[in-house]
Amino acid sequence: MIFIIFTYALAVIFLLFSFIKDRKKTKTGLKKAWKAFENILPQFLGIIVLVGILMAFLDPETISGLIGQSSGWVGTILAGLVGAVTLIPGFIAFPTAALLLKNDAGYMQIGAFVSSLMMVGVATFPVEKKYFGFKASLLRNIFALGFSFIVAFVLGWVCSL
Amino acid sequence: MFLMKKIIKHYLFFIIAAIASIIIFILNAELGRRAFETTVYSLQEMLIVIPPIFVLLGLLDVWVPKETMVKFMGENSGIKGIILAIIAGSVAAGPLYGAFPVSAVFLKKGASLRNVFIFIGAWSTTKIPMFLFEYPGLGPRFAVTRLLVDIPGIIIIGFVLAACMKERDRKLINEKIMESTEK
Repeated sequence: MIFIIFTYALAVIFLLFSFIKDRKKTKTGLKKAWKAFENILPQFLGIIVLVGILMAFLDPETISGLIGQSSGWVGTILAGLVGAVTLIPGFIAFPTAALLLKNDAGYMQIGAFVSSLMMVGVATFPVEKKYFGFKASLLRNIFALGFSFIVAFVLGWVCSL
Repeated sequence: MFLMKKIIKHYLFFIIAAIASIIIFILNAELGRRAFETTVYSLQEMLIVIPPIFVLLGLLDVWVPKETMVKFMGENSGIKGIILAIIAGSVAAGPLYGAFPVSAVFLKKGASLRNVFIFIGAWSTTKIPMFLFEYPGLGPRFAVTRLLVDIPGIIIIGFVLAACMKERDRKLINEKIMESTEK
């Protein structure tokens, strides 16, 4: 919450500065902001509906069932894949992860879940593709998923020390 | 008629997703209700978090001259560019999809592809707001380890990704960026 306020404060301060310095330029800037938003709005809306569908199937209990019960590499890979297709805000994701931990899921699985949840975006792929094209978007997501398993491995190791 | 076609093409992904969720609701009301609730929630999140990000990118677009961006985040900006990319990505609040329009303005102004990929990496994973949830939720050992692995990780991914982009790919990205900011 505090960071949302921070982002707003930043935007307002810059906007005021900009307005005092040059009204016309500020107007152009706001127009550009609106254009950029309007351009991507259809994709944003699509994602939001798609995420709704995905999360209806993958509610926290299902996620915890998938990740909590299977252990080892299979569990880690599963956790990474579940994280890749889900899109939940951090302030829900981390309490969910903490709950997983209480339910005896391993650090390695949780690490894979948290990392791929944040870095890999299957649901956001259409937006990414619109800016970076298919190849760059696909590669970024593949690298991010692979890296999530490295992170999981390190976390599993460090947290067991 | 032409306009209608254009709108439908523009919103095709949204329309398909909306139809799918209506079908789900018909088949299973409980599942449909859950999908709807999440959608409303995400919509609220988007409407709250996204506006200042776009205002900032609009201002960035009009105020920061190309030379400044090239100097600080361009091909030859070195370590300075990498650090700036990480800081810019880490302080912002907002979901991953908010990072892409900002990246577009960075690229348009002359930031290197490598630094922009690092910026996206930072936005996705080393965000300070996230860290503040992670630290109490999963413990200091988990949160700090992840951060320490992630920082070199996103830099390496940025370098490798940029290296994978051939001349043709870069041209395509440029076209897409122009399309998204100028139209």
